[in-house]
Amino acid sequence: MKMLINGQPCQVPEGCSVAAALAHAGQPSATFCGMGQCQQCQVTIDGVNHRLACMTPAVDGMVIEVAHEPC
Amino acid sequence: MGHCLRTADVLIVGAGIIGAACAREFARQGLSVAVIDPGPIGAGASAAAMGHLLVVDDAEFALSQRSLQLWQQWLDENPAHAALAEHQRCGTLWIASDDEELALARQKREFYAARGVAAELIDAAELARLEPLLRPGLAGALRVAGDARVYPPKVAARWLKEAKVEVMRGEVLAPEGQGLRLADGRRLWGALTVLCAGLASQRWLPPGWLLPKKGQLAITQRQPLTVNHQLVELGYLKKAHLAEKDSVSFNVQPRPGGQLLIGSSRQPGRADSALDQALLGQMLESACAYLPALAHMSLLRCWTGIRPASRDGLPLIGAHPSLPRVWLASGHEGLGITTSLATAELLADLSLGRTPLLDAAPFTPSRLK
Amino acid sequence: MNPVEADVIVVGAGPAGLAAVRRLLQANQRVIWVDQGARPGGQIWRSAVPQQWEIATHPHLLWLPGHAVIAAEGQQRLLLHSLINPSQASLWISAPRLLLALGARERFLPFPGWTLPGVHGAGGLQALVKNGWPIRSQRTVLAGSGPLLLAAADTVRAAGADLRLIAEQASATTLTRFAARLPQGKIAQAAALRWRLRGAPYRAATWVVRALGEYKLEAVELNDGSHVSCEALGIGFGLLPNTALAELLGCRISAGAIAVDGALQTSLKDVYAAGECTGIGGVDKALIEGELAALQMLGQDDARLRRAHVRAQAFAGRLAASFAPRPALLQLADAKTTICRCENVTLAELKTQADWRSAKLQTRCGMGACQGRICGPITQELLGWPAQQGVREPLQPVPLGCFLPPREPA
Repeated sequence: MKMLINGQPCQVPEGCSVAAALAHAGQPSATFCGMGQCQQCQVTIDGVNHRLACMTPAVDGMVIEVAHEPC
Repeated sequence: MGHCLRTADVLIVGAGIIGAACAREFARQGLSVAVIDPGPIGAGASAAAMGHLLVVDDAEFALSQRSLQLWQQWLDENPAHAALAEHQRCGTLWIASDDEELALARQKREFYAARGVAAELIDAAELARLEPLLRPGLAGALRVAGDARVYPPKVAARWLKEAKVEVMRGEVLAPEGQGLRLADGRRLWGALTVLCAGLASQRWLPPGWLLPKKGQLAITQRQPLTVNHQLVELGYLKKAHLAEKDSVSFNVQPRPGGQLLIGSSRQPGRADSALDQALLGQMLESACAYLPALAHMSLLRCWTGIRPASRDGLPLIGAHPSLPRVWLASGHEGLGITTSLATAELLADLSLGRTPLLDAAPFTPSRLK
Repeated sequence: MNPVEADVIVVGAGPAGLAAVRRLLQANQRVIWVDQGARPGGQIWRSAVPQQWEIATHPHLLWLPGHAVIAAEGQQRLLLHSLINPSQASLWISAPRLLLALGARERFLPFPGWTLPGVHGAGGLQALVKNGWPIRSQRTVLAGSGPLLLAAADTVRAAGADLRLIAEQASATTLTRFAARLPQGKIAQAAALRWRLRGAPYRAATWVVRALGEYKLEAVELNDGSHVSCEALGIGFGLLPNTALAELLGCRISAGAIAVDGALQTSLKDVYAAGECTGIGGVDKALIEGELAALQMLGQDDARLRRAHVRAQAFAGRLAASFAPRPALLQLADAKTTICRCENVTLAELKTQADWRSAKLQTRCGMGACQGRICGPITQELLGWPAQQGVREPLQPVPLGCFLPPREPA
């Protein structure tokens, strides 16, 4: 799957969460609880802020921004 | 004769912003102070409040203007105060959505100009430049640059610390002799008592002197889009006739760090803490009508608060109508944070037999008899 | 607002929700089934749903994966937000009866370095890996307490992690006693699991005292002073019932779980609860309670299931007793250790406050995005602050547009 992560095109495996895709691309979000409770993994997906990377399936063509400062 | 615990010169019932301001003021006058509250510092209306510091153009003008001077004096006392209070001199923009509201803006400006308060009329183009997030098509605004915002609970804690007060956790049942009786049986003795317990002050007042006005607020998560002033709609003034009914108005405040605080609503007579979904929806809808970008922002939390309002809309500051040595500082409705310091100053002057700076007559509690 | 209606709403697609929905559909009930996850199976259990349980296409079922419940009106209307398609309008659903199968989240206990990148919950690491997190060849330590530790270790091992250590804080004696009393069915399971994990050192009475690394995890220090180099740490101390929606509805909460009677009904008539959210007890208790709750809603019962429930509750008791975190684990955090991760509030700052509410107002602890789900239980354990009340909409952060009144039709 191809995704745009922080402006850079990346290849990531099929069938993974956004959190996993970001980790594969070497640009991980701040994950912790892995199950949508801690809210640390918030990223911007396709222009929508504050989406949970660990709970969102990665989809071909997604555009993801990971904030450098924890939100 | 029951056992009396000699406590302090001044007993203050309520550890909200008013109680904290009074504690600080009496301490500055050299008196010892005890503060009693069943809950944490600033956890009542003071925690629910927006923390807007503003000069108003109605009967509380003098009180609010004097109070903002005192706020500035407090900020000047110590460079650490501004950060602690999360003080931001964001100013207020009173937004006019049409020519009728623009006329209101002009009236407001004349009022302020006549009294030396800096207020400038902003046209539609300048408004768009100052606040790019506002929807197009608004008529203009009145900018009061001297207004500000603070975070009240931390201010209250700081003022109590300045007064060297340890808040006693307890519920006051009744004034008793030269002091107070608490629910847990403790008795406190003091030369005078100040009642600033928000709506709970009503317990010691004739029926109907204090009334609840419930409000709801919402806050976003931190995000990059911001507004630069506290934004309030002038249209609110058109709704004055809705005094008895539930109403919403546009009121948005930028918080340091990038959260946006959204108000406001009024539900006269309601003192419960449940969130009214329908009213929340209306409030958010009105906010999005002015700031369309809000709809896409992440909503973090909603809460409610009870404004303690007096029967005639002005706070009660002065001697209790019947109880000797008991003084009132209650009923500030939506202006408590702003007028806290001037209230404390006025109350200290009155209770210590000095000539107050401001005309105390409009606030004399016995006016409601 | 025109809600989508059904006979029963089931919130949660873990084992309890699954078992309930199966039973309800067999009885021809119209069911709306909601879960935040993209697939059924829950957040902790996470096994593949057995083939015969593929029910997502049943005509009487409206299956809503990737949806979070964010608000409620009365006890019969819930507001949903789509996490997968956040621009979609929020959805009201309504039914005369509600089953809460909210599951559990992990209990975390803070220690120096616990906020380093590379440190996750144990169940958290399992969840991430099951969703594709790259762990192959990463030196990994699993630590904490409870059976979830072993399940998580199994998962990361199967994904190719270089599993360096499984550190269980409970003593060897406690573990032996617990294993000796395992029900028949579980013994074979446990043995198979231990066989698969034979390559990794498993140490009882061992815990992590700090995580080390400059910008990310590089090693952990254990209570015996030794260090284990690693890139990944999964650490968790058992589970906590999820109760936020129940609290919002007004259900009575007791000992941190949704209080239910013998019929699995909450303090609110027509609101039922089942599974980990009524008390931590593992998959078996969840499956049994899900089915029992469904039967109760149908006006039925099952004596065999009831007996199984009693056994499952006994197991739950042994689980709690065996894996309760030892007091030393509550002493690991130092003054500079972050307690509230959302707002970066340290233990030192919290110690200046008398209670949760003061802490919230004065330090922002609990005012962040997780709404106290992570830090609240920690302050209870470390500072003795009583459980907090006052859950509000939204149950999790959502776009503000979710709460706007619906547009009038054109």
